[in-house]
Amino acid sequence: MAEPSKISDEIKQEIHDETLPPWKEAWRNFKKNKIAIVGLSIVSFFILVAIFAPWIAPEGINDQKLPERLQSPSAEYWFGTDDFGRDIFSRVIHGARISLWVGFLAVVGSAIVGSTLGIVAGYYGRWVDTIISRLFDIMLAFPSILLAIAVVSILGPSLQNALIAIAIINVPNFGRLIRSKVLSVKEEEYIMAARAIGMSDFRILFSHVLPNSMTPIIVQGSLAVATAIIEAAALGFLGLGAQPPQPEWGAMLSSSREYLIQAPWTMFFPGLAIMLVVLGFNLLGDGLRDALDPKMKT
Amino acid sequence: MLQYIIRRLLQLIPVLLGMTFIVFLIIRAIPGDPAIVILGQQATEEAVAALRETLGLNNPWYVQYFEYLKNLMTGDLGESIRTRTAVNEEIWPYLAATFELSIFAMVIAVFIGVNAGIISAWFRNSWFDYGAMIFALIGVSVPIFWLGLMMQYQFSLQWDWFPTTGRENVRDPVNAITNLYILDTIIQGRFDQTLNVLRHLVMPGVALATIPMAIIARMTRSSMLEVMKSDYIRTARAKGEKMFWIVYKHSLKNAVIPVLTVIGLQTGLLLGGAILTETIFGLPGIGRYIYEAISSRDYPVIQSGILVVAFIFVMINLIVDVLYSIVDPRIRYN
Repeated sequence: MAEPSKISDEIKQEIHDETLPPWKEAWRNFKKNKIAIVGLSIVSFFILVAIFAPWIAPEGINDQKLPERLQSPSAEYWFGTDDFGRDIFSRVIHGARISLWVGFLAVVGSAIVGSTLGIVAGYYGRWVDTIISRLFDIMLAFPSILLAIAVVSILGPSLQNALIAIAIINVPNFGRLIRSKVLSVKEEEYIMAARAIGMSDFRILFSHVLPNSMTPIIVQGSLAVATAIIEAAALGFLGLGAQPPQPEWGAMLSSSREYLIQAPWTMFFPGLAIMLVVLGFNLLGDGLRDALDPKMKT
Repeated sequence: MLQYIIRRLLQLIPVLLGMTFIVFLIIRAIPGDPAIVILGQQATEEAVAALRETLGLNNPWYVQYFEYLKNLMTGDLGESIRTRTAVNEEIWPYLAATFELSIFAMVIAVFIGVNAGIISAWFRNSWFDYGAMIFALIGVSVPIFWLGLMMQYQFSLQWDWFPTTGRENVRDPVNAITNLYILDTIIQGRFDQTLNVLRHLVMPGVALATIPMAIIARMTRSSMLEVMKSDYIRTARAKGEKMFWIVYKHSLKNAVIPVLTVIGLQTGLLLGGAILTETIFGLPGIGRYIYEAISSRDYPVIQSGILVVAFIFVMINLIVDVLYSIVDPRIRYN
């Protein structure tokens, strides 16, 4: 008589699952995905490193010890030293602050601007939609790094301007995503009901349409942080982003390029850091997509 | 079919016009007076004023914009301030270098990516599958400028397998006809040079191919898994057809669409990535051309360079869309 009780357990579990709040269900799905957990761990690790950077780093970012320049990795200098005798380990740790900061801020900026434009376009439709959608099409017609370089050449090379450029080039990605989501949400019955009871457009947009479009924003956001970090590093590498002596990973790669033969470790570790943090956000984004919105899975 | 292509071409017109306008705005927004850039800092005020007048810089912006559009229509891309040569005359060798690099990279990406994806799907959950997918996950996350530098260190400076920089052996330069050096050397029967040009292409090509290769491998794998579950594949297996033919003949046909999508999307990244790859490997490509123009404020080159690249990007996406509708006629009606 073991069979019936087993089935009833399964049914119980199913009923339990169906009554879970959506975020709990998402977390349950997320936890099952080992790769996503690896992503979350990598990202959490880098966030912790960034927060506690001044306490973890054994030396200051600009402590120069010229007699000890270009030392290979050792017990004292884990990642070696650069051409000014600065400890690369300490600089890479501080670099996490810059990269995460730029990544998050640029993505939050483009998510806010992009979502607003996308909501307006999707909700009002007609000529408003035509203008905004065409603008997105045109922006997407440029290779993104080229557009970023153009924006930075207007504003002047600096970390802050690189951040603005990255935020701008990512706007259409969010805009398009939200626009299509709004188009489908708009036809739902509860929106019609809200309109029927005389709710204002503004309230409908921000208390009904936006919350129901959050899932793709979160997923896209996580993946966009990954690209934003790479783009910021690329601009830094081209001399258009963070400027030396800022310990930005891309700028570090660019300033130690001439020592590639003598001291490859000056290039190895900053690049490895970029790769790991980007990998973390990519895995996290994939995991979130599968957990929150299985339909988006490709 | 023709109707579809015409409709797509008509839709392009506002996008292309918008692109010219944005590029026009960007150039106007870059700080610095073009007249001073051309004449140098020592120029007298009168000379600057006179040049501003001849360049039409004193006209209202919309007059300048229409003047610019008119020139574009006649194929006039302006004249480089640095070299005093018409941009449409000097741009081709740079474009050709980038084309050669991008095509080479795309061939690597598609060949390895598609095959890795197929084998992964075929031997699902095998060691090959896990290895390839871990490789693909890392591949999409690697900054290509770093990868390029590391390859330079290992394969060129340490092992001396490939030349560090450049497109050709400078002591035995290629006699340029089309500026696509592989083609040029084959036409001239200089196969020793072909080999040399290929050796120069390997490292930048692999660096540039890494990201699209990883994405193509993942997309191919998941669409192959989807297709291999379908009924007609089971029928083919039941008929006793060899697994190899089922995979490469029946399934692959259906896995083409996602691969096409990636190729379309990745071309933009490829053109962008070319800037970084060209910088690292000292290749005289279009990315390098624009980047150097920006640092020396060569406005006509920046303007036309960005526009040409964006135009190519848009056209490639159009071609990909048309290919879609050939592969899958259902798409035409959406």
